[in-house]
Amino acid sequence: MADSDLDLRIWRGDAKGGELVSYRVPVTEGMVVLDAVLWAQANMASDMAVRWNCKAAKCGSCSAEIQGFPRLMCKTPIADYGDHVTVRPMRAFPLIKDLVTDVSWNYEVNKQIPPFTPSEKDMNTSEPWRMQQKDVDRVMEFRKCIECFLCQDVCHVLRNHDGKSNFYGPRFMVRIAALEMHPKDSLDRRPLLKGNAGLGYCNVTKCCTEVCPEHIKITDNAIIPLKERMDDAYFDPVRALIRRIGGGRKPKAV
Amino acid sequence: MGLVSAAAYETVETDVLVMGAGGAGLRGAIAAAEAGARVLIVCKSLLGKAHTVMAEGGVAAAMHNVAYQDSWEVHFADTMKGGKLINNWHMAELHAKESPERVLELERWGAVFDRTWQGRIHQRPFGAHTYPRLAHIGDRTGLELIRTLQDRVVHTTGVEVHMEVTVFALLKSEGRVGGALAYRRADGSLVLYRFGALLLATGGAGKMYRVTSNSWESTGDGTALAYEAGAQLRDMEMVQFHPTGMVWPVGVRGLLVTEGVRGEGGLLRNKDGQRFMERYDPDRMELSSRDVVARAINSEVEAGRGTPHGGAYLDITHRSPEFIKRKLPSMYEQFLKLAKVDITKQPMEVAPTIHYQMGGVRVDAETAASSVAGLYAAGEVASGLHGGNRLGGNSLSDLLVFGKRAGDAAAASAKKNPKAAAAGIDPAEIEHAIATLMAPLDRPEGENPYRLMAEIQDVMTEHAPIVRDEAGLAAGLEKLDGLRARAEVCGTGGGQSLAFNPGWHTAHDLRSLLVNAEALLRSALVRKESRGAHARSDFPKTDDQLASVNFVVEKTAGGMQVRPEPRPPMPEYLADAVQRSYALYTPEEME
Repeated sequence: MADSDLDLRIWRGDAKGGELVSYRVPVTEGMVVLDAVLWAQANMASDMAVRWNCKAAKCGSCSAEIQGFPRLMCKTPIADYGDHVTVRPMRAFPLIKDLVTDVSWNYEVNKQIPPFTPSEKDMNTSEPWRMQQKDVDRVMEFRKCIECFLCQDVCHVLRNHDGKSNFYGPRFMVRIAALEMHPKDSLDRRPLLKGNAGLGYCNVTKCCTEVCPEHIKITDNAIIPLKERMDDAYFDPVRALIRRIGGGRKPKAV
Repeated sequence: MGLVSAAAYETVETDVLVMGAGGAGLRGAIAAAEAGARVLIVCKSLLGKAHTVMAEGGVAAAMHNVAYQDSWEVHFADTMKGGKLINNWHMAELHAKESPERVLELERWGAVFDRTWQGRIHQRPFGAHTYPRLAHIGDRTGLELIRTLQDRVVHTTGVEVHMEVTVFALLKSEGRVGGALAYRRADGSLVLYRFGALLLATGGAGKMYRVTSNSWESTGDGTALAYEAGAQLRDMEMVQFHPTGMVWPVGVRGLLVTEGVRGEGGLLRNKDGQRFMERYDPDRMELSSRDVVARAINSEVEAGRGTPHGGAYLDITHRSPEFIKRKLPSMYEQFLKLAKVDITKQPMEVAPTIHYQMGGVRVDAETAASSVAGLYAAGEVASGLHGGNRLGGNSLSDLLVFGKRAGDAAAASAKKNPKAAAAGIDPAEIEHAIATLMAPLDRPEGENPYRLMAEIQDVMTEHAPIVRDEAGLAAGLEKLDGLRARAEVCGTGGGQSLAFNPGWHTAHDLRSLLVNAEALLRSALVRKESRGAHARSDFPKTDDQLASVNFVVEKTAGGMQVRPEPRPPMPEYLADAVQRSYALYTPEEME
């Protein structure tokens, strides 16, 4: 039974153009934005393109801009708004249709990050590994990421300056942090951070942290510690001096 | 204008085609690629979004990190007892023996699990597992598994992924499956995949029901395609109601509440505050098997002892807020955000929700081969391991153990049949399949497929509920006939475009759902007893005669046939393991 009606405005169209279309949706108790969108799809707009899967904020499929704010539709109660809600696709990615965008760039970036690589010794032991909970807890935060790409959407380097060729974006800083801080990983990804990953482009505005539905402290816990590691290797004056005296070489960025 | 004539397709060739990118598909793809095959994964959604991410509690493996007494024999016995002994015992044996290795391997690929104080992988107790056995990370173990496998796949040479592609027909040549027709969701363009072997890893069919923890993807495509290609299905009457789904608010009805809540000490109470499980399973209480707990909650509600929204209370408030937030972070978040309930202070309201299909494609225990040459199946789409009821945590280990086995076998099969991918396929068959797919687009006045799907869900909810009976099941079958006829001539609900048109996609999904629903009702009719997830009010007792029987579903010229098939008895060492377990832990179950 409907408690009241909602004026749901959804952006409809494709790369060539489109417009906001209004749908009157009956609201039921506890309804989330995704429910309203799917109701409109089933009853008024069968060909409306929308991605969703788990409907439980665990898969990160239903990302959109709700009243201009990047959110998961499945986790956003209608009751948070008045009698109208506007839903638009993520703006940082090329549009396919309606609320569906082409996020394939993210998958390409992921391929460029060297995977988890344990040391020879760890790889060759037949004993199960030992790790401590507190070491695990540290990367656990990063591994919560559901790849909704909302942080990528809101990152102004990617969104406003189209910096996709310069910066991997917050999602992949989280990914790299999870690898770098994994107790059993042995690779050094600082050259990548300095080079192609473009960590220097981030100027710590924390927008990504604000939109993360998993409440990962992207800036404080992933990006800033990575910046510190990178700066240690490349910009520390004391180390530069030691290198000069000792004849050592500055690590190369890739 | 006929769209059919315009529909051209592109041909793509590979050694092993994997359908589905959940745990089983990804693990299978890695295995096949490591065996030297070229592998192509197709999935309906984006990579990493598969339903496996919904698995919360953990992965069951007898690593005895927490309880030193645990062993593969005990895990085997628990699985068999949970499945009410109609499991394929060889699958249960392989599963219990191999899952520890698969979990440790996952860790070496970068997965992170919660630890014991000695630094080993921590294991949590779970329903009907004798010992604490579930390796986990908080309550998001499925995501950890998917992400680890996904990153492994991305960096495995020889594996390619085609995302947002739906397979709609399998094609055979000389009795062997060698082609699959698919459409790209984004633009409706068609692809003909040619391969040496096909691994189905498509998951379940929870979308048959309205109240389900499953996503839009779970329409039982794999079972339906396999059935149409002539493969046998098995145990299709067995679908699992997870005891604890959210019941309120309406919008989130059916959403999963992890068994981990009970594993960490959560208590079930009715509206009078009674811990009612003492009346249903006094020994195991909240940690009884899922079929028992689901029926118990159902009975309490029917007897008028349910909560205001028709469920039971699940209470974990006796644990400290810090503990709850650390062990069940996503449950805490889920209830706070969606139901405005703080689970550290208030009880949750829960009721059964459709969660898992124990039945599926009949497979060989060691190779996961179906009864059709070249066709393999692993994970929820396959049957056998779980029998009449699946234990929590056994699904993730199932994906890993049989995903790997299926991948290995599919790669070997493709290698042995190098010409399969080029074998002749009847062009008329291709044309017919494409015409059927495209037809709804040519019916602007046709019925709305979303409405038909809702009606299928209503039929299954009404006629194949937790407790079934002959008259209800038969009436359900009749209604399905009507729905099938309507689905065959349905439209798309309006939009005629090929570009990302979910209405059109749904029209096709109906076909898969109908096969699964029919197989369920027909199998449920002939299992005239109550066993595991299958409860009959007209046959409330377990029939010992049926303990050694599985029901097999096949496509024949006369339509869908269900026949009983006797299962060979367990070898002595396995039977002993089960007997010992009954004697030690659940003597009341031994009559």
